[in-house]
Amino acid sequence: MSKTSKNQLEYEQAPRIGVFVCDCGSNIAGHLDCADVAEYAKTLPNVVYVKENLYTCSEAGIVEIKKAIENENLNRVLVASCSPRTHHPLFSSSCAEAGLNPYLFEMVNIRDQCSWVHMGKRDQATDKAKYLIKMGVAKAAGLEPIEEITSSLTRQTLVVGGGIAGLSAAQALADMGLRVILAEKTGTLGGLLNQIGTLDTGETAADFVRRVVEDVTARDNITCLTKTTLKSTGGYIGNYDVTLDTPDGEIIEKVGSMVIATGAVPLIPQGIFGYGTDAGVITLMELEQALKNDSLSDKGFLGKSMVFIQCAGARTAKKEYCSRICCMTAVKNAMAVKKKYPLADVRVLYRDMQMYGTHKEQMLWDARGLGVRFDVYSPDNPPRVENGKISYFRSVTGEDQVLDIDMVVLSTPLTARKDTGTLANLLRVPTDQNGFFLEAHAKLRPLDFAADGIFVAGSGRYPATATESRTQGIGTASRVAAILFKDKLVKSAIVAHIDPCSCVGCLSCLPMCPYEAITYDPEKRVCEINEVLCKGCGNCAATCPSHSAQLAGFKPEQLLAQIGAA
Amino acid sequence: MLDVGRHPNISLLAYSELTALEGEAGDFTATVVKKARYVDADKCTGCGACTEVCPTPVLDLYNEGHAERKAIYSWFAQGIPSTHVIDPDHCRVLTGKKCGVCAKKCQAGAIDFDQTDEIVEIPVGAVVVATGYDVFDPARIPEYRYTTLDNVVTAMEFERFLSASGPTEGHVYRPSDRKLKQEKIALEKSQTKLAKTLARFEKKHGMDSPAFLEALEAGSLEVTEDLAKDKDKWAEKATVFLAGDDRLAALAQEVALVKTATKIAFIQCVGSRDLRFYPFCSGYCCMHAIKEAIIAHEHDNDTQSVIFGMDIRAVGKGFEEYKIRGGNSSQIAYRRSRVAEIVPGENQAPVLIYEDTTTRKIVRESFDLVVLSTACAPVKDAAGVADTLGIALDKFGFFKTEAATPMDTSREGIFVCGCAHSPMDIPESVAQASSAAARAVQTVMKSKKAS
Repeated sequence: MSKTSKNQLEYEQAPRIGVFVCDCGSNIAGHLDCADVAEYAKTLPNVVYVKENLYTCSEAGIVEIKKAIENENLNRVLVASCSPRTHHPLFSSSCAEAGLNPYLFEMVNIRDQCSWVHMGKRDQATDKAKYLIKMGVAKAAGLEPIEEITSSLTRQTLVVGGGIAGLSAAQALADMGLRVILAEKTGTLGGLLNQIGTLDTGETAADFVRRVVEDVTARDNITCLTKTTLKSTGGYIGNYDVTLDTPDGEIIEKVGSMVIATGAVPLIPQGIFGYGTDAGVITLMELEQALKNDSLSDKGFLGKSMVFIQCAGARTAKKEYCSRICCMTAVKNAMAVKKKYPLADVRVLYRDMQMYGTHKEQMLWDARGLGVRFDVYSPDNPPRVENGKISYFRSVTGEDQVLDIDMVVLSTPLTARKDTGTLANLLRVPTDQNGFFLEAHAKLRPLDFAADGIFVAGSGRYPATATESRTQGIGTASRVAAILFKDKLVKSAIVAHIDPCSCVGCLSCLPMCPYEAITYDPEKRVCEINEVLCKGCGNCAATCPSHSAQLAGFKPEQLLAQIGAA
Repeated sequence: MLDVGRHPNISLLAYSELTALEGEAGDFTATVVKKARYVDADKCTGCGACTEVCPTPVLDLYNEGHAERKAIYSWFAQGIPSTHVIDPDHCRVLTGKKCGVCAKKCQAGAIDFDQTDEIVEIPVGAVVVATGYDVFDPARIPEYRYTTLDNVVTAMEFERFLSASGPTEGHVYRPSDRKLKQEKIALEKSQTKLAKTLARFEKKHGMDSPAFLEALEAGSLEVTEDLAKDKDKWAEKATVFLAGDDRLAALAQEVALVKTATKIAFIQCVGSRDLRFYPFCSGYCCMHAIKEAIIAHEHDNDTQSVIFGMDIRAVGKGFEEYKIRGGNSSQIAYRRSRVAEIVPGENQAPVLIYEDTTTRKIVRESFDLVVLSTACAPVKDAAGVADTLGIALDKFGFFKTEAATPMDTSREGIFVCGCAHSPMDIPESVAQASSAAARAVQTVMKSKKAS
């Protein structure tokens, strides 16, 4: 007999409910009369078997449930014990192991809701446990078997962005045997690192990025598409349909997941600290390029004095955030200049030196050892750059300092790309108040989007160093693998369905769905739910005026039976 | 934690230590000692009934020594697995005394005093080292007087004070004031006991204790045969009792005046960015101090905090915004200064001596409580772990990696993440963990392909 037909049979027979009352040692039994509760359960309709366990979740307790399903021919199981959050999966999967559809299991929490909150009120706690079990039994009688939802998986990932984060993600995915399409907007892979002289580790950025690019382009399972942008997306986790705009026209691909690694751009500090008006005022990125091309003197540097101004255009009322990487970059370049021009007066004017961790703080010690000077400034009284001079208040002496300068270097923040919002809309993912991509959870899910199957790495989320971007890129590969390494996508069957016969197409449910799982079919004039996208929140079921939208396991008749028993 | 505990692909070996790692990438054999818990993990349901009846109190290090646990315990309430463990250094049975009440109480029959360490050999393809860090011991900085001043605590201790399930239930009482309360409770108990003894003497000899003492001192005491036996003991107990009464009255007054700490100083870089100890920046402590100051203010809106640091490193997504919010809405002042010294002040209030670098003045300022943001130090036995695994340490004492391969240690197939790699905050650690997982999977796949 196939599983489905057995379930169907179980369901069609009159309900035979088994109730298991857990003592939880003295955790429950110490504060309410479990034996009395069990006796009471025997009197409830459709209940054919009741057992009080010392610990229902113990090995012995689980064996008793399985035996009872077989020996007593149970077709519904109810456990009255602790929190479903921790134990529902254990009990429902145990039912499944005994051949019962796991959705024919119901759980009642008589620990948190009875023994814990009514400690010292034994009679009342016992009465409440009886009520809860009565309600649970009423609901259990109406439960239906449901099959888990499965969906196929396309073992290919789209990586958007060919900087170090995207390249690292592609490499790592390919190393796991997954196919990758790497789409880069510009004509060159490598991103911001192409513009940088040396890394903070001392390695030449060009060498580093060339090695990675050569490796990525040589892989059989990575397709690199430059001058390519994402035009549209459809589908869902496991089966996204993406349309890419390439120089050879549009291509349509199916991918199981996506990694977004579009990076960030340095702010052009027009109009602040004399940028654009005073000679010798350049940005940190321009200094990087000048050092890379050995063209510092062409830019006007005489080898006498260079002053870095940190937080140029950052940490202001308009842009509150700290850009994380500019202090390290300034120190790195100040050291490079000081090494090349040992007699030059090199200073860094800062608000807080953000040299977090081991290696960066060591750079700060080393820079001071080389003779680079550091002076703090307050945003209320910032340095002034005029006519080849800089003047600033030195708080350590309490005096104004005026210096002749060859060059002023403005450390400007990395800012979100202008098209981040467009891309975010396309992917249906959020951005933060600074225009960067917003991850699913600031602490626990830094690489995930709230949308299933889409991940984020590198400076597109928040400014990151080359090493951090690489770490995050590799990290997204394991997030992707956790989905695509499975045979198929399996998800909970607790999803909503809309009955097309009774749906009047009023569209009330459409805006209520936070997961955009509902679409309207104008031909049939009904709403439809994509069960892979549905997360079972029940908003649509609560909204639907004709009860056409119903949530599996929480249908009106099931809930009404439960409430009616109260 | 719950997800890890329940994941079908994860075998959790808690309370265990790796003692050897043989073989090579793709084909390691890890030798792990599962330490004896004296509790059968298959039977224990974590209900905690044993802890309730255990008669042996032990200093609770989870609460940084500010509370007591029992000799049978779980490290903290939500720990995974919930299996309890018996502390063999303190358990009465395991130290050769009579007891065993936990075994009698345990309805699951999980207590097993004969359990021994178990050594298991596990074949693994790759290893991820996530051994974290140890907190710097501020006793090493003499000028901060951590060991002598009760009201100078570490950020970890303060974290426990702020916790609703911690030793002060979320109310920020100064340790010196908690000591007063504890002394009062202990004294009340001993006075009650003494009072009973004195009452016995008083009834027997028909005289109250003060009158007895007075007569004894005046030499006018009529010493009967009965009284001669009791005289010395009675006198001693009565003297102690009367002194105790005076002390109790004084204590009651002091305790009545106790208020929660509302003026709090945070000192950053305690042990870090300091060439005497650790030259590096510990990365997360500025945000930790800001968070603690904000929560302290949430608990009591009168709280004012000053965070003393050379820089405030609010460097992470949303961190600078959080710092500004703390200043605007939680009465936090950020003061650029490295505190020179903490000295005792009146009423147990620590006094900070520092230079305010904006005014270039030396300031002496008194606080209710001082919180030290102690450095994130390499784990105490980092060298031993490195030795067991055959991997190198960097010059700071953390496990060594290269920038191009940020998770790879010096031995192929072994990866590192989190504060074992270098000091970092939660999101960085999580991102690194995903990255290390990817590298580990690649290693396993590579070896499968080759074989």
